[in-house]
Amino acid sequence: MPGFRGWGQGDAMSTTMTDFEPGAGALGDPPADAAVSARGLVKRYGDLTAVDGIDFDVRRGTCLGVLGPNGAGKTTTIEMLEGIKRADDGEIVVLGMRWGKDDRAIQERIGVQLQETEFQDKLSVHETLRLFASFFENSAPLDEIIEIIGLEEKRTAFVKTLSGGQKQRLSIGCALLNNPDVLFLDEPTTGLDPQARRRVWDVVETFKAGGGSVLLTTHYMEEAERLADDLIIVDHGKVIARGSPASIIASLGAESVVQFSMVDAAVDAIEEAHLLALEGVNAVRVEGSSMVLSVTGTQGVISGLFALVDERGLDLEDLRTHRPTLEDVFVALTGKHLRDG
Amino acid sequence: MASLNQLKELTRVRLYGFWREPEAMFWVFLFPLVLAGVLGFAFRSGGVVPTTIGVVNGPQAAAMSEVLALDEHLEEERFETREEAYIKLRRGAVDALFESIDPPEISMDPTRPDSEMARMRVLRALALSAGAEDAPLEIDEVTEKGSRYVDFLFPGLLGMNLMGTGMWGVGFAIADIRRRKFLKRMLVTPMSRGYFFMSFILSRLVFLLFELLILTSFGAWVLGVPFRGDILSYLIVSFTGAILFAGMGLLVASRAKTIEGVSGIMNFVMMPMWLASGVFFSYERFPEFLHPAIKALPLTSLNDALRAVMIDGETVFQQGLEMGIMAAWTVVCFVIALKIFRWG
Ligand SMILES: Nc1ncnc2c1ncn2[C@@H]1O[C@H](COP(=O)(O)OP(=O)(O)OP(=O)(O)O)[C@@H](O)[C@H]1O
Ligand SMILES: [Mg+2]
Repeated sequence: MPGFRGWGQGDAMSTTMTDFEPGAGALGDPPADAAVSARGLVKRYGDLTAVDGIDFDVRRGTCLGVLGPNGAGKTTTIEMLEGIKRADDGEIVVLGMRWGKDDRAIQERIGVQLQETEFQDKLSVHETLRLFASFFENSAPLDEIIEIIGLEEKRTAFVKTLSGGQKQRLSIGCALLNNPDVLFLDEPTTGLDPQARRRVWDVVETFKAGGGSVLLTTHYMEEAERLADDLIIVDHGKVIARGSPASIIASLGAESVVQFSMVDAAVDAIEEAHLLALEGVNAVRVEGSSMVLSVTGTQGVISGLFALVDERGLDLEDLRTHRPTLEDVFVALTGKHLRDG
Repeated sequence: MASLNQLKELTRVRLYGFWREPEAMFWVFLFPLVLAGVLGFAFRSGGVVPTTIGVVNGPQAAAMSEVLALDEHLEEERFETREEAYIKLRRGAVDALFESIDPPEISMDPTRPDSEMARMRVLRALALSAGAEDAPLEIDEVTEKGSRYVDFLFPGLLGMNLMGTGMWGVGFAIADIRRRKFLKRMLVTPMSRGYFFMSFILSRLVFLLFELLILTSFGAWVLGVPFRGDILSYLIVSFTGAILFAGMGLLVASRAKTIEGVSGIMNFVMMPMWLASGVFFSYERFPEFLHPAIKALPLTSLNDALRAVMIDGETVFQQGLEMGIMAAWTVVCFVIALKIFRWG
């Protein structure tokens, strides 16, 4: 567990964080334009409460991202919304309808991509789509779908010959077959290389541009930043932050993040108290052999840092600054990285 | 109302699942042919089996040879020492030892049918050499088609094949799509679950037609197994068996999460039937008190009905008990399977 000063909960130094209330996530009544809304969702597996009172709305025509590390409860949450798992408590409304009453009608109107579906190896792309299309009363022309997911050249290829990214696009193609109003995507790009990931993003953006609503889970902050209009960050089954990606990042109260390490010296060769005392440093955190500072006024902080280093006769190594990201927010809130699990 | 197109697509996908798996093709079509061919050949009725009698060199050896020569089915094997001869007797390489001719004496193992036959043949040869007529027993030789081992075996193999393909075909496919989460993926569509199950039955029946066509032709033309019953009875019995075992496959796979789990239960269910249901040998050989239990097994009913129709030329209407047992199993399997079926 990295050491903290000033970041996270309850520290006197974290004045800039007070407007940022982790977990204060309860929402009021769903807005009129909600395509999907969830209130007080709870799911327990024995002693484990995998989802512990989650609230959110997906506004029509927008994408809500659910960002969280492994085991946060993302899949459990989205599968309750999809009608696969029954919630132990809470309320779900999908397109004005409820599971248990209007199942068929909901299923006709939603598109689902599950985290781990493997399609049948020896069915072709076209055959797989045709099978799923047959389940719906109305479905889009298959060739149109194949074009959207960019698998024209793989039309008659067996599923087992597809690359990971192509399989994922087929999976999304199956979700798009019925021209759904809401698309549920559970980690659609996990395990894909950056190029394959961008192709998936393009498909999702096209869907959104056509007026569709999306509920997306991910543990990639880039994906959340790119696709999500609204975001909830989830950890241990609870919402720990919500808002637009920009506002969540802004809530960190930092202009940038400065990270450095020193040649032949321990991380704590410069005491955290001295760093915190620098003008513009909001918070300090140790991460491996690096120090990470959350700052406003980057330039001032860096000159102050140089002075501190010179005073002690140390050598700086690997000095970097970057704009704060969702990852920084996540680390600030939980002390973990998104990908730590 | 779910469209019929859905049933067509589901069934088509099931059939592709078979056609495109070479291993499945092998086990369904080739394996029973090979088995029937090999067993049919091994147990072909190829004339009378000769008996080998050991004779130890000595003063009486020539006289003993003479006696043995009187029966065409007796073959003599000479040994230099008694020890040598005994070893061969113990190993079953000779069926009995001709020890002496005056008084006549042989060494044999009375628990071995072959030894027993050796005794009878030696007795007969001795009687003949003493000038007696052959036994006053009128003998009518029967090697008619329909009473050979392969004629017994073939309907049993067919029944076993219907059981195997039904249970594996359905059970394996369901476990596989469940493991892949493909089942879960279908669950979030408005797919009709009734059609989903029906597609398994339909695809089994389509497949059955090919199985019957290939296996029956092989049986009739290559092995010369007679087909005395009417086609309709044959089809009805086979269809009933196929649906029954499709239901059993469904039941076995209704909750299993892995292929291994399904395999285990599958073998556990099928093993007793392979042994007891009269595939390779008649269940009459089991003790009497076991017969009711054996007859209640679904494969026993199927095999009995198939044999009655194919070999004895009976109709399906004469198979009331067997058809009833199969129908009962079918209903029980489907009802339980549909009740406990695990989708997620
Ligand atoms: N069927 C189940 N039985 C018991 N525990 C479960 C079950 N499904 C999920 N869990 C537990 O619930 C918690 C949340 O799991 P979930 O799959 O929702 O996480 P996730 O956020 O989707 O993670 P990942 O990023 O790895 O997909 C985990 O601790 C997991 O072990
Ligand atoms: Mg998940």
